[in-house]
Amino acid sequence: MELILAIAIGVLAASGVYLLLRPRTFQVIIGLSLVSYAVNLFILAMGRLRMDAAPILDRSAVNPGDYTDPVPQALVLTAIVIGFAMTALFLVVLLAARGLTGNDHVDGRLD
Amino acid sequence: MLAFVFQARFQHGAFTLTGTVSGLLFVLTILLFPQVVEAGALVYRIGWIPELGLNLTIRMDGLAWLFCVLITFIGFLVVLYARYYMSPKDRIARFYALLLAFMGSMLGLVLAGNLIQLAIFWEMTSLVSFLLIGYWYHRSDARDGARMALIVTGMGGLALFVAMVLVGHIVGSYELDVVLASGSMLVESPLYPVTLVLFLLAAFTKSAQFPFQFWLPNAMTAPTPVSAYLHSATMVKAGVFLLTRFWPVMSDSELWFVIVTYGGLITLIFGAAAALFQRDLKGLLAYSTISHLGLITTLLGMGTPLAAVAAIFHIANHATFKASLFMAVGIIDHETGTRDVRKLSGLLKLMPFTGTFAIIASAAMAGVPLLNGFLSKEMFFTETAEFHPNVFVNYSLPIGATIAGMLSVAYSVKFVHGVFFGPPLAPGDKVPHEPPALMRRPMELLVILCLAVGIIPGITIGPFLAEAVTAVLGPEKPYYSLSVWHGFNLPLLMSVIALVGGVIIYIPYYRQLRDIDGIPFINRLRGQRIFERLLLNATNRWARDFIKIFGTQRLQPQIFIVVAFALAAGGFAGWARMGNLPLPSSFDPVLGLVWLLGGISAIAAAQQAKFHRLAAMILMGGAGLATCITFAWLSAPDLALTQLLAEIATTVLILLGLRWLPKRLPVADDLTAKVRFRRLRDVTLALLVGMGTALASYAIMTRTAPEGISDYFLKNAYSEGGGTNVVNVMLVDFRGFDTMGEITVLGVVALTVFGLLRRFRPAEDSVGRPEQQRLLDNVDGGQRVADDFLRIPALIMSWMFPVVIVIAVYMLLRGHDLPGGGFVAGIIMSLAFILQYLAHGTRWVEDRLRILPMQWIGWGLLLAMLTGLGAVVLGSPFLTSAFTYADLPLIGKVPMATALIFDLGVFALVVGATVLMLIALAHQSIRRPRPAGAARPRLREETTKWN
Repeated sequence: MELILAIAIGVLAASGVYLLLRPRTFQVIIGLSLVSYAVNLFILAMGRLRMDAAPILDRSAVNPGDYTDPVPQALVLTAIVIGFAMTALFLVVLLAARGLTGNDHVDGRLD
Repeated sequence: MLAFVFQARFQHGAFTLTGTVSGLLFVLTILLFPQVVEAGALVYRIGWIPELGLNLTIRMDGLAWLFCVLITFIGFLVVLYARYYMSPKDRIARFYALLLAFMGSMLGLVLAGNLIQLAIFWEMTSLVSFLLIGYWYHRSDARDGARMALIVTGMGGLALFVAMVLVGHIVGSYELDVVLASGSMLVESPLYPVTLVLFLLAAFTKSAQFPFQFWLPNAMTAPTPVSAYLHSATMVKAGVFLLTRFWPVMSDSELWFVIVTYGGLITLIFGAAAALFQRDLKGLLAYSTISHLGLITTLLGMGTPLAAVAAIFHIANHATFKASLFMAVGIIDHETGTRDVRKLSGLLKLMPFTGTFAIIASAAMAGVPLLNGFLSKEMFFTETAEFHPNVFVNYSLPIGATIAGMLSVAYSVKFVHGVFFGPPLAPGDKVPHEPPALMRRPMELLVILCLAVGIIPGITIGPFLAEAVTAVLGPEKPYYSLSVWHGFNLPLLMSVIALVGGVIIYIPYYRQLRDIDGIPFINRLRGQRIFERLLLNATNRWARDFIKIFGTQRLQPQIFIVVAFALAAGGFAGWARMGNLPLPSSFDPVLGLVWLLGGISAIAAAQQAKFHRLAAMILMGGAGLATCITFAWLSAPDLALTQLLAEIATTVLILLGLRWLPKRLPVADDLTAKVRFRRLRDVTLALLVGMGTALASYAIMTRTAPEGISDYFLKNAYSEGGGTNVVNVMLVDFRGFDTMGEITVLGVVALTVFGLLRRFRPAEDSVGRPEQQRLLDNVDGGQRVADDFLRIPALIMSWMFPVVIVIAVYMLLRGHDLPGGGFVAGIIMSLAFILQYLAHGTRWVEDRLRILPMQWIGWGLLLAMLTGLGAVVLGSPFLTSAFTYADLPLIGKVPMATALIFDLGVFALVVGATVLMLIALAHQSIRRPRPAGAARPRLREETTKWN
């Protein structure tokens, strides 16, 4: 299970980084999304993988060992929302740049 | 007294205030003298960061006292003098405020009992000096002079700061008391040479010692009271003050001797020679100041206790006569309108009092007996004439001193003879006459002091000097005699040679000297010009070259370098800690299958993103979905939910944006070698990054987790936060402040998006309506195609509207105990709106619904903030929440924490932000914007709310 997730993170990161280095803005935006998937999974993995562990507390007794680690989850939740905002902002900047320069190259010029 | 000093710094006021403050400070300083004598050093300490040794320490010993007297007394006189000197057109309040600020920083400097404090006040004097030199900021020479002074002394200040930190490091304390008691610790330290060089850099730049002397003459563009105060009496003395202050602990080395003595000697002779060749009276005085500072530096360099006594004595003497001379020049300038020695002559008849006093002051400058300058100069000669084992030193010092003495006599004579004697001035527009008495008074007072000290030194200055000397040399100070007559000896002979020689130099050449400007031969090599050239190169040409070599304007290489650097750093750090990787213990076929698809999607997205944007986006969604399933799989339902919804919102957003991107059709691949290489390089880097992250995450996941803070949250989420969904409790309660920041970011982003789109100009080739829109608008048998488009799904979507809203509210309410919460609910809610837009088109929706996303954002943020503040009002820290369970009719038990109100704020903001972004983008389609480059009217009629 760890191996699968590790490879998944690697694949996402590799595809994302490759796209980040591309010259077209649309490629970069897709790349950024892929990289944020990789990063979110990576953060989650920092709390170690737990299947079938309860995320919701039982009101009577709390034994921390029975539950998933909430800290990475809270971090990732924030990261997802911020990632969404970032994508939106980048998309609009991309559109504005495209409108101003007439092309969709990251440097605003054709070469 | 101390509080007063610091308050006074920031007060703005005109003449009266400044005069009163400086006068009072002077009186206070005088009154403190008995205490200083009694205690040795008055120390007053205010703790700031005691752990780091940073305190506000005010320490007044004999030396600091002497300086305080100089600063406040001359300051008072200068304020008085400036009252009559400054023209009513000048902004006088600013002038006095700056003067007061300077006095405050200078006092802070000499009273500093902490090294860091010393460095800070040092910088402050540089800054205020900059402002005062550039006081007449409409004049370009004033600006240039100010800038140069700031750069030179500021550089010195930086050096001082480092030196002080080093001293503190060596000694182990930043307190001056401790440092001064450290004995030979500094000199013996291996860091001593570095510290000393930096330290001397500071002292030499401030006191205009060779090779940094060039800034001082340029600083003479300041108003004359400023020159008299800062650039002769006080600020330039800060350098020699620094040397004196640290003399006991730093001077005992060969390095100190060589640099300080000979630096001082060169300055002494050079300054005196340059002064002789000045036409401008202020220039003459400036070079003379440089020369006298050189004299003091030389004395401090020699390292004998008696020389230190002479140095301190000369500091006081020089301040007295030089300030009075500057005032005299100011009066002359004021009355005749010029400071050019060629145009002045025979002024003694017109201004008998000013003339007489100026002559006496110049005589003190030249070192004529019965004046204070004579005494300290005599001590200087005595010290230079002392036997020294090194033959070179043995001869160079006395000979150099005598030459400098001759030169200084010569320029003093030039000053006196050129200005006050000779034929009377040709009658011009303005007949010079004596200035108002009060303008003359300060100068006269100073000259009388020169006389008093010169004739009866033992009574006038003896006790104070003794106290200052004790502060530097400790209780076992050497025997010195302040009397005027020491009998016939070598120093007296040197004095006589200097006096006679000076006159002999002057007489035959006085006509030529009158007209010459600048020193012959070395005139071309001006420090000023070298400095300007260097500055220009450093800030312009070198910087440009640097950018050309190391910089790029292109984004791709920049990202490449960042990623490669991160990879290298991560690899470097990770490699050593990798250890043995265990073999995989379990294999989960379902997750494997999910990621088989997810991985393929990601790679395919990377491949397709260039020509098939829609396909790439769908594939990216595939990878996102795999991520989402993984979250659910790994016991993180909240994440899965949020990821899914954010995914949907992102997709809609990008779909809306796709329309504005240029068409790109796949062309036959005729890749150049360059492109091929670039791709190969990027693929390599990407693969390396992928392998690195995979390896790192595998290595981490197969280790047992360290004890973290998670247990705390698990144990306290219910008892303290009142919720069983720990993640949500963390977001709205434990880490509520983070969430607060996060929603603020979200709101700002939404507004930015909106703002950017208001001025949106599509590129020319995407202005026309796309093919699909045109097809929908076709009329087919009397009916638009669009009217029947998606009829049934649209109906379903309309019906879904209330259902989706109910789901959103449900998610919000249950968030504290079960997966859900403000973020999730907010995105669901905004999707409800988007569905309506999708189903019926923009105009239909806006005819029927009033959505005010910005109000949602504002109220959301306000609500969240108020919830937090509510806790403050009740006496708990910001964002503390209270909770209970409420029985709502029909719904049942609902967790009612104040955190829910906070979450409601989050919800409202998320709704507002998401809807704002989506709608703003969607509206671009129904606008008919002009393409970029078309003529733009300045003010546009706002046709609809969204444009």
